[in-house]
Amino acid sequence: MTKMDNTTRYERLRARYMNGDLDRRSFLGLLGAAGAAYGLVTPYRALAQSVSQVRFDGWGGVVSEALRANAFDPFTAKTGIEVVDGTFGGGDEFLSRVKASQEGEYNIAHLSGVFDYARYHGLGLTTTLNEDNIPNLQNVIPKLVDVFRDVTDGSLSCVPYDYGTTGLAYNRKHISDEEMAEKGARILIDEAHKGKIAGWSDWRTRMWYAALQTDQDPNNITDVDAAWDAVRAHRDLALKYWGSGAELMSLLAEEEIHVTEGWSGRIYALQEQGHDIGYMDPPNGFGWQECMFVIKGSPLEACEELLNFMLAPETAIAVAEGQNYPPALDPQKVDLGDKIPTLPAFDPSGTLDGLTFADPAYWNGNEQDWSKTFGRVQKGY
Amino acid sequence: MSVEAREARQPWILLSPALSAVALLLFVPLLFIVVYSFWLRTSTGADQVGFYLDNWQEALTDAFYRDILLNTLKIAGITTLVCAVMGYPSAYFIARSRGNKAMLLLLLMLPFWISYIIRTMSWINILGVSGALNSLLLSIGLIGEPIQMLYNEVTVILGLVHFLLPFMVLNIFVSLDGIDTTLEDAATSLGATRWQAFLQVTLPLSLPGLAAGGLLCFVLGAGTYITPLVLGGPTDAMFANLVFEAIITQLNWPLGSALSLMLLAVLAVLVGIYNRYLGMAQLMKGLG
Repeated sequence: MTKMDNTTRYERLRARYMNGDLDRRSFLGLLGAAGAAYGLVTPYRALAQSVSQVRFDGWGGVVSEALRANAFDPFTAKTGIEVVDGTFGGGDEFLSRVKASQEGEYNIAHLSGVFDYARYHGLGLTTTLNEDNIPNLQNVIPKLVDVFRDVTDGSLSCVPYDYGTTGLAYNRKHISDEEMAEKGARILIDEAHKGKIAGWSDWRTRMWYAALQTDQDPNNITDVDAAWDAVRAHRDLALKYWGSGAELMSLLAEEEIHVTEGWSGRIYALQEQGHDIGYMDPPNGFGWQECMFVIKGSPLEACEELLNFMLAPETAIAVAEGQNYPPALDPQKVDLGDKIPTLPAFDPSGTLDGLTFADPAYWNGNEQDWSKTFGRVQKGY
Repeated sequence: MSVEAREARQPWILLSPALSAVALLLFVPLLFIVVYSFWLRTSTGADQVGFYLDNWQEALTDAFYRDILLNTLKIAGITTLVCAVMGYPSAYFIARSRGNKAMLLLLLMLPFWISYIIRTMSWINILGVSGALNSLLLSIGLIGEPIQMLYNEVTVILGLVHFLLPFMVLNIFVSLDGIDTTLEDAATSLGATRWQAFLQVTLPLSLPGLAAGGLLCFVLGAGTYITPLVLGGPTDAMFANLVFEAIITQLNWPLGSALSLMLLAVLAVLVGIYNRYLGMAQLMKGLG
């Protein structure tokens, strides 16, 4: 017996109705029933059928282009599994979308920071990957893997993929390297650059830099009021809070601003385009790692296969070169080629001891309070 | 079934797809939002189901929300006023033009063919430090240094006017187009000047269209969040931005729901006042 799809079903019903074999009431009734059945069944189709596609969500821009060209298209060519990719402007926005979705609708996300991983775990959105299906995980810097294991009791719902920093980006036409070295993070609250300063509209980054500006440990801010005062000082001098990598690049490239904190890979991309933009990681600068996170309810084997493919040295290096962030691969185990050692934040030792990462417990513990307070401070309060 | 009964049912049958769509896509989600507004956000971001008045208490008593709401109403009010002042002459010109009315209306609708976000972002290329206007002023020697024109309340209002002006023009046009032009001639034949005829005949007759356009511009302007996000500075947020932040950034859907209902209630009061004094019929004409 041939299986009938909904289009065929509708066409046959319509033909019967037009031929007079079916009265109007029956036709409309059957059509309604078919529609209702289709609507009810569709969400569960993913569970019932073999996996033909996996959804991936990431940061867009050069990062998505690099993944599409170097990972997704070759993966589809090899396995026949299509990778549908979407983009998001930030981790918060994506988490909101996932919260509103049905299980299985979103599969893999390019998450930033262990604190995001911990938030997903807190919301019950983690799963357990079968690491035997991801042999290339052996090539990843152990320190990057261990922090995720600590959150999910030894198991993994993601694989580390790359790392970078949120450092200080400045236009060398207006700010010298010497001035940057002298002022460090405090340049973002320097009156001399009023109206030419920007910053990411992300409460963590704002508080992290406020900690640096007030000589505090970002992972243990003791004088919170002083930090908020620094956030306010920055706000009063800033021209604009940027909300995406594209906006960051546009503000710097168009010379609307002279200095901001920025993502290392995006600044490197600007430098590659010929813009005279300097980049500096101040002491205790904001280091972060990104992972490929598999969301609960996803087709695990297909996701594991894609993750393993993405972690293969040739793929991971090509993606890293495209997106300008060092891969999570251990330079002591894998030859990373010529370009990657030149990228900002790259650590040839593979220990990452020179980078300061956000303590997930500390930052998530303050998330509810600080994100709300920043929403007010940002608007002049 | 009698003919009368069948005829009485006919409009409801024809309306049923639209009514179903409105019920499913507007009222049911609205009901969800009402329910959500009484829940609580837990520390992990998950929602705590129950009946709590905390969000409402915060939304209604916190001066922060009140101030942003007032600022939003102020920006929407200024935008509406600017749209009215700029839109009336344009609508009058279109309504009184002969022969090329269809072409002018088409030109008026042309901006709708381009995405609202793209239209908003286009101002960055016009008013930016290296944008068209600064380049022009620099090239003719009027300024020595680029002027910082972007990212302030003025550019937010400019972006909103750009977005909303066609709505105002269309509503006024519909009103003006329905006015018998011989009335102005009659007024001038009785000794009135053209200006007096306009002030005492045409303008009062076109006021319903102006009010309908004003209502549309105000409601749409007060509910926007893209324009302040793209063209505003650090402190130029509007109320919809607070809803966005509560729901997206803070993952606090219950508070975001209470805030969105608060904005909805304020705008519903304005629509109610409009309906009480002018009726919705004019608005429907303008939208049609």
